[in-house]
Amino acid sequence: MDGLIGKKIGMTQLFDEKGQLVPVTVIQAGPCPVIQVRARGDCVSVQLGFGEAKRKNVTRPLLGIFDKAKVPPMKVLKEFHADDGEEIRPGQWVDVSMFQAGEKVDIIGQCKGKGFAGTVKRWGFAGGPKTRGQSDRHRAPGSIGASSFPSRVWKGQKMAGRLGGETVTVKNVQVLKIDPQRNLMVVKGAVPGARNGILFIKRSLH
Amino acid sequence: MDVLTSVVANQIKDDIPEFGPGDTVRVHVRVIEGEKERTQIFQGVVLQRRGSGISETFTVRRVSGGVSVERIFPLHSPNLVKIEVVQRGRVRRAKLFYLRELKGKAARIAKRR
Repeated sequence: MDGLIGKKIGMTQLFDEKGQLVPVTVIQAGPCPVIQVRARGDCVSVQLGFGEAKRKNVTRPLLGIFDKAKVPPMKVLKEFHADDGEEIRPGQWVDVSMFQAGEKVDIIGQCKGKGFAGTVKRWGFAGGPKTRGQSDRHRAPGSIGASSFPSRVWKGQKMAGRLGGETVTVKNVQVLKIDPQRNLMVVKGAVPGARNGILFIKRSLH
Repeated sequence: MDVLTSVVANQIKDDIPEFGPGDTVRVHVRVIEGEKERTQIFQGVVLQRRGSGISETFTVRRVSGGVSVERIFPLHSPNLVKIEVVQRGRVRRAKLFYLRELKGKAARIAKRR
């Protein structure tokens, strides 16, 4: 397996071997049942589930799939790839022990929504001068283009709008600790999203 | 115990003496210089304690030769070999930043008994 589904528990700090405090994120990763296995070209795609759901909250067609794999219904489903030559069947369970401390992973999650944000927050614009007779220009975007040519605003002009709430991948996050008993994983630094947000953890390519 | 505290539990020290703002402490710090390792002592007045759990820190202020030095230590740092309480002080607030403006006699702290 090249990945796992998890949930962000929260952030704290840990001392490293030099005695420096480093920021860490605690993730509850797995255990994930294998729901379907399918051959796709030259790779095998494996559908994993995460987070038990009540039977009444799952559609009938999905229930059939869960029952066929003899696993409880799951809230989140996500496809990963099997490693070369790996034997994997529906009904099997995958857990954090697939990762090791010291390894690098990529973590995918939905980042916190910031709502309708101005250009200063959204694009890092400098805003206007704070002093020297300025009024109502402190966070203004400035010019949005030239005049008679092109007589319109170019596509892609950075403006205010919705910020956040999109899928973000952080690459090469270092795994500091693995606790298979409690399905916990401690990684260095921040990961996208709020606490209790769903995360996809994939083994980094290098 | 919630998950976050349990993850850091094994790094939390339980042998920290009771001390707070106004107390004079001797902090034994492990310093690594290249290959060698030695212990350095920093003695001064505790200005504040802040944070909680593993992130708790304390600030120590020391005046040497008319120059004041403040150091902030993570309370649970493995580099702190020992914290000794030299003298307990009687103070009326939790943050003693007003000491920075005071010199000499005015900067003294009454002893607590």
